[in-house]
Amino acid sequence: MSAELLELTAAQAGEKVRAGEIKPAELFDFYRQRAASDQLGSYLWVAGEAPADSASGGPLGGVPLGVKDLFCVKGVPSAAASRILEGYKPPYTATSVERLVAAGAPVLGKTNMDEFAMGSSNENSGFGPVRNPWDTERVPGGSSGGSAAAVAAGNAPWAIGTDTGGSIRQPASLCGIVGLKPTYGAVSRYGMIAFASSLDQCGPLTRDVTDAALLFRHMIGRDCCDSTSLDYPNEVELPSAERLDGIRFGIWGLGEEGVEPGVVEACKAAIAKIEELGGAVEEIELPHAGYGLSAYYVIAPAEASANLARYDGVRYGIRSGNGDLLSMYENTRHDGFGAEVKRRIMLGTYALSSGYYDAYYGTAQRVRTKIADDFKDAFGRVDIVVTPTSPSVAFKLGERTKDPLAMYLSDYFTVPMSLAGIPAVSIPAGLSEGLPVGLQLAGPAFSEGRILDAAHALEKAIGFDGAAARG
Amino acid sequence: MAEHYEAVIGLEIHVQLSTRTKMFCACALSFGEPPNTRTCPVCLALPGALPVVNAEAIHYGLMIGMALGCDIAPRSIFHRKNYFYPDSPKAYQISQYDEPLATNGRLGDVRIHRAHLEEDAAKLVHASSSGRIHGSEASVVDFNRAGTPLVEIVSEPDLRSAADAAEWGRLLRATLKRLGVSDVNMDEGSLRVDANVSIRPVGETTLGTKTELKNMNSFRFLERGIQAELARQEEILRGGGAVEQETLHFDPQSGRLSSLRSKEEAHDYRYFPEPDLVPIAPTEEMLERARGAIPELPAQRAERFEGDLGLPEETARMLAFRTELGDYFEAALASDSADARTLANWVRNELVQRIGEGDPAESKVMPRALAQLVSMVEAGSVSQSAAKTVLDTLLDSGGDPRQIVEEKGLAAMDDSGELDSIVQSAIDADPAAVEQIKSGNQKAIGALMGAIMRQTQGRADGKEVQRLIREKIGS
Repeated sequence: MSAELLELTAAQAGEKVRAGEIKPAELFDFYRQRAASDQLGSYLWVAGEAPADSASGGPLGGVPLGVKDLFCVKGVPSAAASRILEGYKPPYTATSVERLVAAGAPVLGKTNMDEFAMGSSNENSGFGPVRNPWDTERVPGGSSGGSAAAVAAGNAPWAIGTDTGGSIRQPASLCGIVGLKPTYGAVSRYGMIAFASSLDQCGPLTRDVTDAALLFRHMIGRDCCDSTSLDYPNEVELPSAERLDGIRFGIWGLGEEGVEPGVVEACKAAIAKIEELGGAVEEIELPHAGYGLSAYYVIAPAEASANLARYDGVRYGIRSGNGDLLSMYENTRHDGFGAEVKRRIMLGTYALSSGYYDAYYGTAQRVRTKIADDFKDAFGRVDIVVTPTSPSVAFKLGERTKDPLAMYLSDYFTVPMSLAGIPAVSIPAGLSEGLPVGLQLAGPAFSEGRILDAAHALEKAIGFDGAAARG
Repeated sequence: MAEHYEAVIGLEIHVQLSTRTKMFCACALSFGEPPNTRTCPVCLALPGALPVVNAEAIHYGLMIGMALGCDIAPRSIFHRKNYFYPDSPKAYQISQYDEPLATNGRLGDVRIHRAHLEEDAAKLVHASSSGRIHGSEASVVDFNRAGTPLVEIVSEPDLRSAADAAEWGRLLRATLKRLGVSDVNMDEGSLRVDANVSIRPVGETTLGTKTELKNMNSFRFLERGIQAELARQEEILRGGGAVEQETLHFDPQSGRLSSLRSKEEAHDYRYFPEPDLVPIAPTEEMLERARGAIPELPAQRAERFEGDLGLPEETARMLAFRTELGDYFEAALASDSADARTLANWVRNELVQRIGEGDPAESKVMPRALAQLVSMVEAGSVSQSAAKTVLDTLLDSGGDPRQIVEEKGLAAMDDSGELDSIVQSAIDADPAAVEQIKSGNQKAIGALMGAIMRQTQGRADGKEVQRLIREKIGS
């Protein structure tokens, strides 16, 4: 039975629960035990038992959900993998989690991540790194590394993460699973611990495209607690396409410097499949996308410097110092934040300083507008933009920790879509030297249904097998 | 101010809005509830919480902007103003910066630079005998006030004296009160006034270095504080020194000014657009609703009292700027045919003398009763002094002035027969006073008047008594 359970996608498992073939408690317990004995460092907290009030009759069929530690869950440790929030249990639950629980996906556990979602390798967690189930010497990517590793290893049927500059797509790519970053505003950010408010979005990390669509359709919609959330303009159907006839794909980035040859090769093979399925393929230019990382590393730290200012020792989390106000601030933040978080707070504080604001923040915002315009132009000619998700496959633990810039380059292909606020999905394109390569498909705002449908057809044609990672 | 320098003063006023809930969350506003009972994840700045703008606060903001004759921005945005302090739970205040809700208005003779929306801070309570931070052993934070909606109104530096600043402040307070958007209670901090003060040689057009006087909690203290600061600046300049830009605290008890922080200590607030909120773009309906909610404002009302009713300027302003007096006056005026000027004098003098800062509508004197009383005085059926006695009775127990006059026998003496004999007997009883009057000491008439008024219990008309005395002693 367990071997069979493990090979079911979340949607399939949910079907069996609804058909009465699996008891929801049995399914929950199966994954609870796998999560509890996870050796990869994927989890920071695992549920003790199946929740009594689980809406297993709902459309998500009682299939348990891995939840990134960035989401607040009432009464459950929610620390954004930061020491500064160690032991903090929120009095409320994030809207997106609440919606998924109500639709029948009970919380299985809180997954590890880079502290405050700042990182691309999960090595910045305040509670230890996560290992890649394809090769435990390697990183799972980040910042949603715990969610990605848990799903890839079969230690969660599915999970949610957050993506600010690639934090869903890049770990999905490195772990050989599907990761969707939705349109900015499609999913409520309420209860998601903020990193960079104008970029943060939450989305699914799943074994296949159908699972991603299923989770996504139950996360979306306007939330009165998030002013930037929007009514999703149309119904999200489950993907069913087998062919790509009449769809125009614009390829970007395969010739960029620094992309590993194995990645290029796997992407090219996948692009050949697009053509076999009837899709039209052309190369496109995104003239300003190459400046995306530079703009991103001004805007995101600037917003983070304000968002993380509330961790001051006054109301929650740890408190250090000798009793006077300044020492409380300084020591609490010195002791509580990791090096990368401190680096970004300093970058952002500097960028917003009087006299520098326009040169840094102002310029970055203008670049952001240019990049959004590039995509608008591109979507005048093609329906979907295709790029590698990450320039490389999973790298070794410790390989890039000494060199932040090399680490930042991991997000080269994912940051432009974040800046433009448009949706993008990463799907496994194949293997390079035994490690997964991800292909990214991006569309205009609120085109999740279309890109997931195309991804579904392509996924079938590629036939990627992730079983090797589910030991 | 000595003739060589002129004062240049601008005011910054923080107004707590009397909306039902806070600026960015659904917590009810707090009025002295136990600490930290009006809080939620948003106003405590718990991780993951997000602000949502209070629509009623925007409505009130629009009303204020319109009432102050401002241009309403078709699109305004919020910024984050970053600073670390325990009264600021997010470590930034959500405020408006370079794209405020309303700009470029005028109230009275003073131009309005801008009016914008923001949120209030929490309250720090210091554990020390003085309640002040110096020497306190610990401080605790009460977040009930955190997130209370504020409108900040900034005037241009158009005021030229401390007295003008206080007078204009009162007009602004009356205007806000009339709008019904705030309690405007300075003691409780729902209206807080800062003053930017500088001086310059008369004839000079550039501005001198300004200082900022913080948080004056009455207009009387504002006036005294500005006076003290003007004197201090003048002394510096006359001594050949230069005024330093700083923020000052005025202690009304000692009359002393102390420095809170200098320019070097000024914060870099690192303003940037608040990414958690969308721009405010008022629709035509929102503008229409705000326009329709603005009643006649004190400045217009004062003009009407002066122009239509012929009240003297000072009386017109007093009644118009104290909305409750103006309302009472108009209710009285509508209920009887009393003369507007006489009635207005009775309200602003006799009534206000007796009720102080209170609301006459809450007294036992019905507006109609006062109007009737004033009509009786005008008709000569009751004397001025008897009428004051009647007013005292009305304040004590209410009722109908005619009935009180009748019951107490306070009606004016209508024929001079009875009065004539009383005057004669008073003259006969005090020949010394008569001699003094005759020899030109007009004050001596007071002694005779006093005796006669006592005798008549104030029913006699003073002028008539005087006329009779003079007639009888031939002076």
